[in-house]
Amino acid sequence: MKIFTNLISELSQTNSNLKKTNLLSNYFLQETNELNKLWVIALLIGKKPPRTVNTTLLRQWCAEEADIPLWLFEQNYHIVGDLAETIALILPISVSNYDLSLHECIALIQSLKNKTEPEKKEFVLDIWRNLDDGQIWIFNKLITGGFRIGVSKNIVIQSLAQAMNVEKNAIAHHLMGDWSPHKTTWSTLFNFDQGSADISKPYPFYLAHAISENDLQSLVAEEWTAEWKWDGIRGQLIRRNGEIFLWSRGEELITDKFPEFEQVDLDGHDFVIDGEIIGWKDDKPLDFQSLQTRIGRKNITKKIQNDTPVKIIAYDLLELDNNDIRKLPFEERRSLLEKIVTVNNHSMIILSPQLDFKDSQTLFEWRAKSREVGAEGLMLKKKNGAYHTGRKSGEMWKWKVNPYTIDAVLIYAQRGHGRRASLFSDFTFALWEGDKLMPFAKAYSGLTDEEMKEITNFVKNNTIQTFGPVSSVKIELVFELAFEGVALSSRHKAGVAVRFPRILRWRKDKNVEEANQLDDLKRLLK
Amino acid sequence: MADLLVFTDKGIYCPQADVYIDPWKPVNKALITHAHSDHARSGHKEYLATLDSVPVLKHRLGSFIKIQGLAYGENITINQVQISFHPAGHIIGSAQIRLAYKGEIWVASGDYKVENDGLSGQFQPVKCHSLITESTFGLPSFKWKPQEQVYQEINDWWQINKDLGRTSIISAYSLGKAQRILNNLNTDIGPIYAHAAIENTNEVLRNQGFNIQASAKIENSGKSDKYKGAMIVAPPSAIGSAWTKKFGDYEEAIVSGWMNVRGIKRRRNAERGFVLSDHADWPGLNSAIKETGAQQIFVTHGYTEIFAQWLCEQGYDAKAVKTAFTGDEEVDLNTETV
Repeated sequence: MKIFTNLISELSQTNSNLKKTNLLSNYFLQETNELNKLWVIALLIGKKPPRTVNTTLLRQWCAEEADIPLWLFEQNYHIVGDLAETIALILPISVSNYDLSLHECIALIQSLKNKTEPEKKEFVLDIWRNLDDGQIWIFNKLITGGFRIGVSKNIVIQSLAQAMNVEKNAIAHHLMGDWSPHKTTWSTLFNFDQGSADISKPYPFYLAHAISENDLQSLVAEEWTAEWKWDGIRGQLIRRNGEIFLWSRGEELITDKFPEFEQVDLDGHDFVIDGEIIGWKDDKPLDFQSLQTRIGRKNITKKIQNDTPVKIIAYDLLELDNNDIRKLPFEERRSLLEKIVTVNNHSMIILSPQLDFKDSQTLFEWRAKSREVGAEGLMLKKKNGAYHTGRKSGEMWKWKVNPYTIDAVLIYAQRGHGRRASLFSDFTFALWEGDKLMPFAKAYSGLTDEEMKEITNFVKNNTIQTFGPVSSVKIELVFELAFEGVALSSRHKAGVAVRFPRILRWRKDKNVEEANQLDDLKRLLK
Repeated sequence: MADLLVFTDKGIYCPQADVYIDPWKPVNKALITHAHSDHARSGHKEYLATLDSVPVLKHRLGSFIKIQGLAYGENITINQVQISFHPAGHIIGSAQIRLAYKGEIWVASGDYKVENDGLSGQFQPVKCHSLITESTFGLPSFKWKPQEQVYQEINDWWQINKDLGRTSIISAYSLGKAQRILNNLNTDIGPIYAHAAIENTNEVLRNQGFNIQASAKIENSGKSDKYKGAMIVAPPSAIGSAWTKKFGDYEEAIVSGWMNVRGIKRRRNAERGFVLSDHADWPGLNSAIKETGAQQIFVTHGYTEIFAQWLCEQGYDAKAVKTAFTGDEEVDLNTETV
């Protein structure tokens, strides 16, 4: 734990990605225990060990141990913005008597799973009393899950590549999937021999940046292709050794949420298809809300399958019959995709239609039709482009339609977390319904730090009432919100829900009477 | 009997003596707890402060101001109100102000810390019936480590930077924190330089007889190798500005109680944050309040509502008071209540 605590503390003491990469790479070279190393990778790329102690209990125990009332703990938590850190700061000062390694500590936490509450409490208090505050923070992070400390997955990949002297893309590929230090070893995870890899493993996704005006103007039409950009779940449909796996972009194995795909057979070929999983009925895409019914459920009943039929819109082919074809030009990958998909004409797979265009004017026209067909814009792909790893410019662009916008009134504010700790950064907005304001959206992003400070001062001076961490504020500020779509919703009081709401700008020029009506929003429903 | 001190839109006011404490709008007579700019503003007709803070107040507000200085513990009576200044331990010359009238005693604490930093005097709890206290760090998560430990961390950081051929730049407010840090740097490590704003304040304090570590003033010149391995003490406004370019390869650190919270540290983009404050921490606030014996407590600065509620649960009659002082990390780091 000491080594890991020092590593994390050194990583958080620099803003330079180069320094972070070197620190991590040195750690991987020096650490001899492979299990510790596996856990460092897993934690930094966001694989959380399952939670074995309820955080409500941790809060209570900490308040008791520090001899303060629970409400004070909670208030303090809202200002510090991180539970693990709040606990470490509030606990009485202690010194380090225990010397646990990272993996031992995680194993101890995992072993609490079937223990009684008093047993859990005894263990946690004992640790809190025998580690220094730095290590307590790490311990709390491990027990509460979540390890966001400003080290991106890319830095982890780069540092491993550096430490092992292996190509970055190979590392990225080997870190895909739902491996866990419980179930794998260093040599299995990083076995670079062909054919020995886990057969379910997806490839790192190739992601696009938004196209700029300049890039758009300099496109040479005959070198490029265009497709719709669909709004579903980006995923990889994999068939290897006859077995089907479906992965989401978030690297979750979601085959069991979409049992329809288990029967996909394209003339016996093995393949990896990159595409968009989407609700699809009567030859039309359903809105994104429709997929929510799938993701949250344990059992996908026949009824759900009938109510929200799904398809995968195939964008690309990454592997065919065990050959990794990501380096082939897109044009060739596409024609192989067309061969295996259209010949079999499998009802679960739709080939992503390619849009004819001769110049950027035609592209503008296609883009204008996006909402009509249920897409959120266009994807532009270079004919000779490879399938790259991660977000890369130059050979693939996304070009989304402009979002919808609406002017709404700020009614509630809540303090943020992490680097926004102690600032009011989470807001609820309302629209007029007659002479009442109806809350309809929460938004967190879109403001500069300066604006957030200004709003924080406004909230402090204009709070009407507080409900725990939430403050209701004087009706005064108007913001222009952007969002991607509207859908009917029985779970929202307003009766409608907007997708991806975010703050576009602070309309200081508008007073609250000039904000929009809820009906203006409902008019966008189709 | 009416309250001896009341809260007005100009600041804390004593109607009987017709004086204000740290007013933020121009008044006839202002009692000043300490020389930080959010407490000592310009434009008042007359100032009353501790003898120790007179030179620096003149330095900051102009030598023309009409100011009277009192020694700590010395009394002055204005319209039957007995007024005296008592050490607050916040910065050089800082004071709590005690007012007594017909047996009723009120104390306005100003900003204070209970740890003795060797320059600002030892905080003394003053017995009173009613206390106006600050609560900048009035949350249980703010507990300071012993200052020697923090000085050690700062010196270790400097040593490492020096060994790597780097310059160390530390941000500290020019009055108070800067001198506290200067006096605890290990001069064996390397040369020490101070930003002009700090060095000018140092000069004023040295002329008063305070023993401030020698530091060289940074002149307005281009990039130079002479700063390699040196420690630069600079005000927060200089950090991250073009001014730092002349130091070549450097690392910056912020010294503040707010560095206790990782999120705030990340937001400030501080590579290093040292947790050292001139305000009382949670245990400090609680013990200081208890020792005054006051029953009625008014809480200003910072987490006033939360701290007042906590005090009420401890049996005090406590209220949060709104003031123009924010006690906000964002404001504080750029001004001076760190």
